[in-house]
Order: sequence, then structure tokens, then C-alpha cells
Amino acid sequence: MRKPDSIALIVMGVVLVVVLPALNMLPPSSPLHVSNFTLNLFGKFLTYAILALGLDLLWGYTGVLSLGHGVFFGLGAYAMGMHLMLEIGTQSVYQNALPDFMVWNQVKTLPLFWWPFRSGIFTIVAIVAVPALVGLAFGFLAFRSRIRGVYFSIITQALALSAWLVFNRNEMNLGGTNGLADFKTIFGFKLNQASTQRGLYVSTALALVAAFLLCRWITRTRAGKVLVAIRDSETRVLFSGYAPANYKLFVFVVSAGLAGVAGALYAPQVGIITPAKMGVLPSIEMVVWVAAGGRGTLVGAVLGAFGVNWMQSWLTTSYPDLWLLFLGVLFMSVVLFFPDGVVGAAARATAHCSALLRRTVTPMPAPMESARPTRLP
Amino acid sequence: MKRLFLLLFVAWLAAPVAGHAQSPEALKALTELSIDDADKREAAVQALGNTRDPKWLEFLGALRDGNVYARGQGTAAEVVVGGAKSTKGDQDVIEVVTAYDRKPLGTVPVSSLTEIAADRRLRIAIKPFLDADETRGQLANPDAETRRGAAMKLGHQAAASAAPVVEAAIAKETNPHVRHALEEALALIRLANGDAAVRTLAAQSLGGLHSFDALSALQKLAADPAASRAERDTATAAIRQIERWGLLVRTVETVFQGASLASILLLMSVGLAVVFGLMGVINMAHGELMALGAYSTFVVQNLFRARWPEWFDAYFVVALPVSFIVAAVVGVVLERGVIRRLYGRPLETLLLTWGASLIIQQGLRLWFGAANVDVSSPRWLSGGFALMTGLTLPFNRLFIIALAAVSVLGMYGLLFRTDRGLTIRAVTQNRAMSACLGVRAGVVDALTFGLGAGLAGLAGCALTQIGNVGPSLGQNYIVDSFMVVVTGGVGKLAGAILASAGLGLLNKGIEPALGAVFAKVAILVAVILFLQRRPAGLFATRGRGAEA
Amino acid sequence: MLAYTRRDFLKGTLATSAGLAAGLSLPAILTAQGKEPVKIGVLHSLSGTMAISEVSLRDVVLMAVDEVNAKGGVMGRKIQPVVVDPASNWDLFAEKAKQLLLQDKVAVVFGCWTSVSRKSVLPVFENNNGLLFYPVQYEGEECSKNVFYTGATPNQQLIPGAEYLMSKEGGAYKKFYLLGTDYVFPRTANKILRAFLVAKGVPKENIEEEYTPFSHQDYQTIVGKIKRFAGGGGACVLSTINGDSNVPFYKEFANQGLRSENAPIMAYSVAEDELRGMDTSALVGHLAAWNYFQSVESPANTKFVKAFKEYAKKNNLPGGDKRVTDDPMEAAYFGVHIWKQAVEKAKSFEVDAVRKAVYGQTFAAPVGTIKMHEVNHHTYRPVLIGEILKNGQFKIISRTKGNVEPEPWSKYTSPDKGCDWVKHQGTYQKKA
Repeated sequence: MRKPDSIALIVMGVVLVVVLPALNMLPPSSPLHVSNFTLNLFGKFLTYAILALGLDLLWGYTGVLSLGHGVFFGLGAYAMGMHLMLEIGTQSVYQNALPDFMVWNQVKTLPLFWWPFRSGIFTIVAIVAVPALVGLAFGFLAFRSRIRGVYFSIITQALALSAWLVFNRNEMNLGGTNGLADFKTIFGFKLNQASTQRGLYVSTALALVAAFLLCRWITRTRAGKVLVAIRDSETRVLFSGYAPANYKLFVFVVSAGLAGVAGALYAPQVGIITPAKMGVLPSIEMVVWVAAGGRGTLVGAVLGAFGVNWMQSWLTTSYPDLWLLFLGVLFMSVVLFFPDGVVGAAARATAHCSALLRRTVTPMPAPMESARPTRLP
Repeated sequence: MKRLFLLLFVAWLAAPVAGHAQSPEALKALTELSIDDADKREAAVQALGNTRDPKWLEFLGALRDGNVYARGQGTAAEVVVGGAKSTKGDQDVIEVVTAYDRKPLGTVPVSSLTEIAADRRLRIAIKPFLDADETRGQLANPDAETRRGAAMKLGHQAAASAAPVVEAAIAKETNPHVRHALEEALALIRLANGDAAVRTLAAQSLGGLHSFDALSALQKLAADPAASRAERDTATAAIRQIERWGLLVRTVETVFQGASLASILLLMSVGLAVVFGLMGVINMAHGELMALGAYSTFVVQNLFRARWPEWFDAYFVVALPVSFIVAAVVGVVLERGVIRRLYGRPLETLLLTWGASLIIQQGLRLWFGAANVDVSSPRWLSGGFALMTGLTLPFNRLFIIALAAVSVLGMYGLLFRTDRGLTIRAVTQNRAMSACLGVRAGVVDALTFGLGAGLAGLAGCALTQIGNVGPSLGQNYIVDSFMVVVTGGVGKLAGAILASAGLGLLNKGIEPALGAVFAKVAILVAVILFLQRRPAGLFATRGRGAEA
Repeated sequence: MLAYTRRDFLKGTLATSAGLAAGLSLPAILTAQGKEPVKIGVLHSLSGTMAISEVSLRDVVLMAVDEVNAKGGVMGRKIQPVVVDPASNWDLFAEKAKQLLLQDKVAVVFGCWTSVSRKSVLPVFENNNGLLFYPVQYEGEECSKNVFYTGATPNQQLIPGAEYLMSKEGGAYKKFYLLGTDYVFPRTANKILRAFLVAKGVPKENIEEEYTPFSHQDYQTIVGKIKRFAGGGGACVLSTINGDSNVPFYKEFANQGLRSENAPIMAYSVAEDELRGMDTSALVGHLAAWNYFQSVESPANTKFVKAFKEYAKKNNLPGGDKRVTDDPMEAAYFGVHIWKQAVEKAKSFEVDAVRKAVYGQTFAAPVGTIKMHEVNHHTYRPVLIGEILKNGQFKIISRTKGNVEPEPWSKYTSPDKGCDWVKHQGTYQKKA
């Protein structure tokens, strides 16, 4: 990437991390004031963007489509949620040190696997480690036996379905269908205060910047080139003496970890995490963010997550009956007409325009003809 | 209720009415009914019920339904039964008849009557009188299921007085299932009321009849210290006999349930497998195509209901091809319109078809409403076939098994016995080569996709007979069908058959032990482990085609 | 990498994202007083899995709003409903609730169906002191200052249903199969039912409990189990199966030869609106317990049913005048009117004032006169038992004399707890 691009990215990062929260601190009467609601909403979208980055790394760069990333997102969110539940202590409805739903389920003592989540440090580790380990185990089994392509996608979809089914069970002691909710504080800060929410927003924005830099670094290393090669022809990579399974596993674990971080930041900002977030449909939606924004470009993933969700927010208020139709048409047209997403389309349009302006004959970049938005020379 | 009245009426015609028609006690009770005193009213109901006169019982039925009124005030009031209500001018009027012999008394304004409300207490008093007669009357009902139900109920009640009625019914009964139920009821009554010898015989016969209903009574007898040793032994032997039979029933039942689930999975995944195999298209809209088939069935049903109600039971026969065609047409439009632009990009067709599924889903919701719609089963698909004592195989499930078999055979015939099938297989194996040899791959694609979609429609039509019809019908099944396809091997008919049979039986085999949720999870784990051995499913494509 | 630059594009993106943020933040213009319409929120899923139930609630709330507006509105101000679609998505529920309260500044919200959606918006309403009218029967054990529960508490539906089946009139059943979908309402319902049955002397081996996942379709195994359980007679099923799974369950039940005369199913989650989408032939004769049925005979109900059918037809809603009314719809309907009366009593739209004015408020609802509880935010309602008829309606076979007092904390499972917002701060410990 060239220098001006980096400058643009830095400006964008500054806007997200510094400017928006600063505007939020202005008095509400000011015309530039960003309301708590908006900031909170953006915070949620940014968590999605973190997840989308990981997914893009996996799909856009490596060509492995996971339809089960909701599971990793959910695991991170649950890990954080468990800590927050324990932080509530006796301020709950039942005024019992146990989480409400356990009292209600007639569970008398805290189940063993909840114990470590009393510790904040353990929780922070678990947020990344639990999804990553699950990803490692699942990916190991899948990639070792060379389950690939659509097979892998469908298996991950089944993973999402099973996780949804299992987390819905009350016997799991994870709150069943209602999940974990009604959090009061996070590491001692009151969640219903604007300053805490602002802090969470800033942490999310910083996490996004960090995730972006991490992904960019990965794609630029030698390993990153191998990933793209795997996407373009796994067999050739195999015959060139690399072990694609290991690379794929690595990316899968990284993206699972990122999804976990996203989930952990999501839970306190939204105030609830339920199994519905890890089901089949949300997992597909996550893929759609990446597709809409533009696969194979990290900016595309971020913009896709942001744009699609913002649009959903807006449409469900303005056109509650029709928004699913809008959404359906959007995805179909993205796939048909902008196979490299909004970023690709915009890039092509700018290239075209500048070519016209310069009145020089520059050939239009050809529309993509395969699943590979960018090819290595 | 009407039927009950009719029955009572028939019974009254058939049997000479028990003595005096309107005994003075009954008449006195009738007048007491009009007095607003709960105790007196209850006594009056008891008196009327105890006459066991069908006409008074009919009257009690009317009382329970709130159709009895007092006409006039105080002691001069006359108790009458109300009939049809209508509006004359600006007031509501009602036809009334006398309480006992239903002589018409003309039409009077509703406002001139006071309803004798049957409160909870009165209804409780009335119920046993009506029930006893109702159940016994049902033994003569022309509908075999009703007779069987009545026999079971009499058996549960085990009242000694019912024995002669049941005996008489056995003598007349021709339907073996009802006869079986009657014999069981009789034995149960004898077990509860007879002396030691009768009880032993009853226990023996219950064992022979494999009566599950008798288990608790027999267990009680077997543990009863007051019973003789012979009796207890007979009871224990009968219990063992019944339990052995139960084990057999449960085994057959589980196998059938597995077969039924397998047939549903198969029906859903055949279309998916064909499309998947031929074009590498992951059709996420497959579920919505099923929903389209189901809604077509709904529309056909409504058409029959409105136009040809006398042919209503035949609607399903028409709905089958219609749902196939509707889904197939939508499928072809989808393929020609959008999917063909994306061949060779399987992961993108997934997104595309997902977008299509959203549109179809919301379209159905806007058109038919968000609520589920009602699809009735034709009479020939309701109920079941009593295979053995304690096991009924529902007709709808038998039908789906048959339909799945026919669809698969049809597919097989088409793919392997026709020229068109040959071209389909050729394109599946090597698109470029087939095209070079003059096969019009585009036409084959459209037809195949249409065929797959049509099969989805057919599955949707069949599913209306066991589940809901709603906009999100497809979502419930889609992941399961994908699992079948993956396990079977993409695009392999034989694979789909074996995989659905395996998954169906396995699921039903472990469900009783693990419960529905963990059975599903266990299946997933099994599939993942299975794919460890065979990463491309049961019937993997081998050779050069494998990497295509 | 591609040969063209992305610089211009990125600049554009930056500009749009900044502009977008600013645009969203524009303060809502809501300073005008007087004849300015008052906004209310309608928070029901119009898409996704719950749309099947919730769309009707949105319809009936909008109808009630029309009624109020036709009579001059509330305190001279017309009501302007803000309808949003949380899409059966629980976190979207929280987001939409925030939006309604913080951006649209609505005076009150009518919404939610599932427990989880209520739980997800609860903190939003409590933190921002909003007001929610929740119209569905639920599991109880909740006592929020910012919610009015117009649906039934467990003692207003569960216990009377079971009591009826145990009574001589109901058939004196002795064995109970508690079957439900695996989520919080059936779990709590069965916990309370079990405690109740045990308290009434039903031996533990005569109670069976089982759960199925959401949208479970295959009831072969479970009906087989029920059949064995019902062997010997005297058994009934208390069902808290959720909407979607009911048709396959009842069909399987009938097809395996079980009949309502011998083993009736008492349903707690099947109402007229769900029956509309079912083939009722398999359900006829089975029972349901609710606080309202469309077949209630009263002038107020005749008017209500007629008005709704006309409303549906006039607005071209799917189903038109074939639409039916049911318990949650009635509760949603009178919720709007209760709120209106309370606002007029309080002479203010301010949440705390309205809240206090709601206490003890009565309304001539379709089922009869209902009353809001004086202290516990729930509603006095009558309990009715109905038998399902072929036409998808209920024949009412039992009705309590008057209204039954709501008990958010069941006396069978939490005898020591009470809910009181006048003398206490919500949930309190009763003195032994």
C-alpha cells in the first residue's frame, strides 16, 4: 500500500478513536454533539468490524469460507459475559451472589467452570484463548483430513447449529435461551454511565486499529503470500512443498481469536449475549458483511461490517416491512455486479474516472471472473 | 353434542323407555331448578339424572350448554329449553320447547326468559350422568376410532356395570382393532371387579392381549398381599408377557421412526444433491423453494375448498404436481436470471442464493402474512395403520416414505435410463468436454436446477402433512439436508440415500437416550469423525474430476 | 496488488463516515409543546422467527392508537406511533429500545413477546427510566419499575389449567406429562406446576417432564413416550410447546392413536392466532387456559372483534377480515387504553407520574373489566379454560367468577418473596 493510503487510514483511525468520543463529550446542545446512543451504536458496529477482519483474512485471503464464526464471537462474548455476571454479585434480582438464572434453575453452588472467570485477568486471556482453542481443535480435525471448499463451509455451519442448540440448553448453566444479561459493572465501572460506555467505545476502536495492523502485518509477511497462494491453488502450494493445512489452521485460529475479542467487546456494550448470536443465520450475515465490503481488502471488511449493520439499523426503523427485501437485493447485486465488494467497485470507478480526466486510454480493470478478487502476478 | 343427542334419541327409540315418562319426582325437580338456590338445583339435577331417562339426560345436556331458561317468575315459572336464536325487528327472539318431550312453544323474545346458568358446580353434577351414557352410546358409533376410544375409556373406568354392555358390543363387533380394545376393556373391568378366579382369568387374557393399559393394575395385583399366590403368579407372568411385547414394539417403532426421518431427509436432500453435484451450487434457497411448494399446496387446498368441496380429499393429489411445477419454474428463473453468471464460484453462489432466500421469505411473509397458514390433511392421510398392538404407523409418514422412494426411483430412471440423463451426467463429469461434443450445457443447467427446485417443492408439499407451513419453513431443515449431502458425497444419489438412512436411524436410535438436542449434536460429531475417514463423503468423486 | 490507487476512494469514505456520524447526532427536534403529537414506540418483530406471533400485536396496538386518535387523542395530543422492527434479533431489541427512548424520545413503548427480548430491553428501560407495556403471559419472578405486565402471571394461567384437569369436572386426571420448548417460560412454568402438583399430593412418579429445542419438528419419539406414560389411563399433557412445534406435535399425537377424551393436552401457548395457521382437525377437543378468548360473549368483545376485523380489512393486512383476536392481542389492546387513562389522570406524559397513575386503573376490556394491580405492576384478569373447536375457536368450558390477583412470585416456588412498588422498592422479602 502506498503512502497516501496509509495517511487516509491514519486519519480514519484518529476520527474513530479520538474525534468521535471527543464530540460525544460536547454538550448536547452543540450541533456537533454525537449522542451516547450513536456512540454506543458505532461501538457495536466496530466490534463487528473486528470480527469481519478475521473473517476476511480467512476467506478473502486464504479462500476458506467459514459459516460458523458466530460461534467464536459467541464464545468470546460468553467469556466476558460470565465475568460480568459474577461482578454483579448481590445486586441482582434475587440478591444472591450466584447469577440470577442459576438461582432460578435451582443451582446451589457455582459450577466449576465458572470459577476462574471471577478473575479479570483470566477472563481477558480466556476471551482470546477459548475461541482460539476451539478453533484449533475444530480446524485441526477439519484441515488435517483435507475437508475443504464447500465441505468445510457446511461443516462449520453444522458447528454453528450445534453450538446454538447446546448453548440453548439450560443444563449447560449458561443461561439457556436468555443468555447472559443485566450486567451492572465492568471491572468496577458502572455500565449505565456514559463515561464507561465511552471508554468501551474507545477500547473497541483501539482494538480495531490493533486488529487491522495485525492483519495487515500478516498479509505482508511471507506467510501471507502463501495464504493467497493457497486460495488461488491449494494443490500447487502443496506440490511446492508447503503444508497448506498448517497455514490454514493458523489463519483459522487467528480469526477465531479476533472473533472472540469482538464478542468480548460486544457483550458489555449491548448488554446481552444469547445463543441466538451464534446460530446459523448470524454466522452467514457475518460473511455477507465481508462480501459486501469487499473480500481480500482489509478496509473492505471494516466498511462492510459497518455499512451493512448501519443500513440494517436504519432500514428496520424506516421500512420495517421491507428491509429484508432490501437486504436480499443488496446481497444479490453485490455478488452479481460488484464481486469484489464496495471497495473494489469504488476503486474501479475512481480508476475509470481518473482515466477519463487524464484523457489517456487506460484499460478498465477487467471485472473479476472467479472467486479470487485479486490475483498474484 | 349434536351427535350425542342423536344417539340418545336413537337409544330412546330402540329401547322401551324405562317406565313412567314424567314421574312426579322429576317434575318437582324441574320446578326446583328455576329457584336460584345452588343446593336445590344440584339435588334437582341428581333427581333428574337418576331417572336414567334419555329424555331427561338430553335435557341435562341442554342445561350444561346453557340452553335452559325459566319462563315467568317465582313458583309459577316454567322451565323450557331454548333453540335457535334470531333477530326480529329490533329484539332478539328464540324458539323454545318444553323441557321433557320437546313440544314447540313458539318463538319468544329473549328478554322474557331468565337463563338457568349452569355454574361449575352444576356442570360437575351433570357430567357423570352424561358421560356414562355418552361413552356407552359411542360403542354403537359408526366410526371405528370412536368406538375404540369409548372401549378404552370404559376399560380405564372399569365400572362393573359396564361389563354387559361391553360383552354385547363384542358380540356385534366386526373390526378386529375395536374388538381387541373391547376385549381388553372387558378384561380390565373383570380384573377390577371379579372374584379371585375371574381375576386370574382376566390377568391371563390381558397378558395375551399385550395390554399396556393393564400394566399398572396388574402390578398392583402382583404386589397385593391379599391376593392368592396363583393370582399373583398369573399377574407377574402377564406383566412379563406385556413387557416383552413392549420391547418388540419399541424396537419396531424406533426403526420406523428412523425410516420416517430418513425419508424426509432424503426427500429434502435429493434435489439439493443433484444441483450441488452438477453445478457446484450451494443452494441456500433450497429451503425457501420447499416453502414455495408448501404454499402452493395451501393455495390448491383453498381452491378446492372454495370450488369443489366434494372433491376436497383429492386436493393433495393435485397439489403434488402443482408444487413441483411452481418451485421448478422459480428455480429455472433463478438459474437463468442470476445463478448462471456465477458458475465455478461455489462460495459466491452461496451468498447469492442466500440473498434470494431472504427475498422469497419476506415475499411470502408479505403476501400470505407472517403467521403460519393452515393446510388440512386429506382424510386418507389422517390416522394410522395399526401394525400391532401398541403400535400405529401414521399414514402421513408412510406416504412420505413412499413418496421419497418414488422420487429417488424417478431420479434414478431419469439420470441413468434416458438420454437427457446421460447429458446431465456428462456435464457433471466434464462441462467443457461435453460442451465441445455438442451438449448445450446451458439448457442442461437450467433443466437440472429446475428439477432440483421441483424436488424441493415436492418435499415442501409432503412436509405440509407433518409440520407447519410458514415463511421460515425452510430454515428448519436446511442444515440437516446439507449434512446429508456432505455425508453422502456431493452429487451422488446413492450417497444421499445411504446418508439419510444412516443419519435418520442413528438419530432416532439415540434420541430416546440422549434427548433431541444432544442426539443432533452427537450426529454432528459423528459426521465430522466420519469425514476424517472419508473427507469427500461416502461416495467421493475419484480420479481427475476430484480436483475440478 | 492492483495497479490503481485507492487514495481518492479512501478520502471519500472518510468524508462520508464523518458526515454520517454528524448526521446521526443531530438532536431530535422535540421542543415543541401543545398540539404536537406525542410519540409512542411499537417494538414487535416484523420479520424473523417471532414475526408469526408479534405482527398481530403490532396491528392491534396500531388499531388501539387509531381508536384513541379518533376520539381526540391523549390530552388533546394525537398519538404518533413509531414502529420499528427488531427482527427477532435480541440485541436489535436492545438497540431499538435505546433508539426509541433516546432518539425518538417516545413517551411509552408497547412491545416484546419472548422472555429473552424482554430481558434484553429491561436494562435499557431501567437505565433511561422508560415505560414498557408487555402484553404476553410470562414466567413471573420479575418486578420491574419500568414495565407493566398486562399478560398473565403463572398463577393466572398455569395453576387454574392444572386445577381444572384435576377436578371431577375436568376428568380427575392423576398423571401429568409436562412438555415444553426449552426456554425460560416452559422451564419456570413446569417448575411451578411441579411444585403445585406435588403440593396437591400427586406422587413424583406420576409427573414426567420433557423439553424440546426451538422449532422442533419430529415428535415421534416423544409421542411414543407419552403413549406409554398414558397406558392405564388418567394421564394428561400440560403443554408449553412454543408456536412452531405445535402442529407437528398435535398431528403426531392424533396419528399415533391418542385421543383428547383419554389423554387431553392442556396448552398454555396455543391461542386463536396460532390456530389460524394450523390444521385444527387434530386439535379438536384439546384444551387451553387463557385470560381471554375470542368467543367470550360480551358486547365489549363483539365490538372489539368486529373493530379488529374491519381494521385488518381496511388496511389490507394479510388475512383481512378472517383475522382473529386472542389473549396477548387483548392485553396489548387494553394496554394502550390503560396508558391513555393513566396519562389523563396524571395530566402528564412524564414516566413517574404516569406509572403511579396506572396503579389501580380499571378498563372495560373485551373480556370484562380488568384492573391494574395497586402495587405490583401486573394485571387482575379472569381465567378461562377453553376447548378447541374445529373452526379454530375455543368453547369456553370454565371461567373464574371474577378477576384473579396476579402473583409475580409464585407462592409455590417463592413463598417468601413479593413485589411492591408502593411500600417497598420492588421485590421484597415477606416476613415469615
